[in-house]
Amino acid sequence: MIENNILVKLSNAGIMKDNKWLVQDVDLEINKGQIVTLIGPNGSGKTTTAKIALGLYKNIEGKVERFTKNISYVPQKVSIDWTLPLRVVDFMVLTQDLKSKDITDALNLTGVEHLMNSNLRDLSGGEFQRVLLARAIAKKPELLVLDEPVQGVDFNGEVALYSLIKKISEAIKCGILLISHDLHVVMSATDYVVCLNGHVCCSGTPIDVAKSDHYRELFGEKSSQLLSIYEHNHDHVHSTDGDIVKDAK
Amino acid sequence: MLDDSLIRALIAGIGIALVAGPLGCFVVWKRLSFFGDTLAHSALLGVLLSISFDINVSFTIFAVSSLVALLLLRLEKSTNLAGDALLGLISHSSLAVGLLILGFLSFIRFDIMGILFGDILSVNTNDLLVVWIGGALILIVLRYIWKPLFASTVNFDLAEAEGMKPERVNAIFTILLAALIAISIKMVGVLLITGLLIIPTAMARNLSNNPKQMVILSVVGGLLSVFIGLYASFEINTASGPSIVSVALILFILSLIKLQKKN
Repeated sequence: MIENNILVKLSNAGIMKDNKWLVQDVDLEINKGQIVTLIGPNGSGKTTTAKIALGLYKNIEGKVERFTKNISYVPQKVSIDWTLPLRVVDFMVLTQDLKSKDITDALNLTGVEHLMNSNLRDLSGGEFQRVLLARAIAKKPELLVLDEPVQGVDFNGEVALYSLIKKISEAIKCGILLISHDLHVVMSATDYVVCLNGHVCCSGTPIDVAKSDHYRELFGEKSSQLLSIYEHNHDHVHSTDGDIVKDAK
Repeated sequence: MLDDSLIRALIAGIGIALVAGPLGCFVVWKRLSFFGDTLAHSALLGVLLSISFDINVSFTIFAVSSLVALLLLRLEKSTNLAGDALLGLISHSSLAVGLLILGFLSFIRFDIMGILFGDILSVNTNDLLVVWIGGALILIVLRYIWKPLFASTVNFDLAEAEGMKPERVNAIFTILLAALIAISIKMVGVLLITGLLIIPTAMARNLSNNPKQMVILSVVGGLLSVFIGLYASFEINTASGPSIVSVALILFILSLIKLQKKN
């Protein structure tokens, strides 16, 4: 990788709270056009690591370097207070002014353009996630941080949104840091996987990680087999230059 | 009927309502009404300091309330006391200390009811300048920080991640709040100022479905409260603050009826 393709770099990063490490010794690098996925059990520090990368903590150990300011963030949880009347269209321009065409396009991509004038509080969980994602991509960020972006979305929608995320990273060449639980779906759209459990257990391409013993310990034999199936299906993609992905079936 | 002092009070009241609307919205959205109360109570100390040392009253209130605001922001981070307990502590101690000092200042004659509840007759041309110039400055700064302030109100982390500096704009906002209190104490009084901030806003919330509409309606509600409240205060000789806030309350109750029809 050329140096100026790097968007974010964490070196030995970690954070301590009440004399306990929330997460430590994380090395991580996100490049343009690359999807990096954080996986790990509950409480393993996935969200914390993402927040460190975003610069949301003051007293961190180690080093974080960010080479872009054009960042979009989809937090794990956003709750809108009743006192604040907020329509989808108001929310779309929360941090950046947008042309109305960009707003409609983004909502269209995530399939919720008909909700433009709805109140955010009236949306279902899945619809809300789609709006969050639409807002994040509408400003065409260089770095997109997605903390469980498809929670509450129905299964078909989930697959569609992950392939959308993949498409976005290719279309606008942004780097994506993705946190997810849906191992098998995520893996097929990911370039690099970091498996966390308070520290980095293992990392590498999805296939490397699936093979590793650490991963087996954390997630069990089943999920490892799931990934092996994935590997089998797409095996020849990796033996070529990668251009003929379409023929992979 | 249209006495000079009524006109002066109206002009001052319009200025205050124009500023209180948008600031009040943020106070409600950010759940800062008790915070506003605390700043207002500390304004009593400001008034007393200004009388004791013969300094400009609005300036002294602004200085004292800003200091208290920044102190609160600091304490919130460095102590484990819950936000509301901390506010109660500062709020009531400043009120108590203020009233104690007031007891010692018995050699100076002034109107304690006027400070606590507002007094329109005391509004002079100088005060009008303070209200309108101060109010214009507040609105200009608010306009400037509107977007980051709003974003950080919706979601702090999201705003910070996307480069909106929420901590800084929140601090600026509390200073604007202190400034509003400083320019409106004479009209509304220490005890009731938060009412003028949040009651028209609460009314506006019942009638609006987007933020801009809510801001506009809360300004309208504030203006109506000031007009009707001041007129009543003048005609039936009641204190201006309670009159204005009572009108705001009536408007709020009317908006509840509208809300129930909608559901």
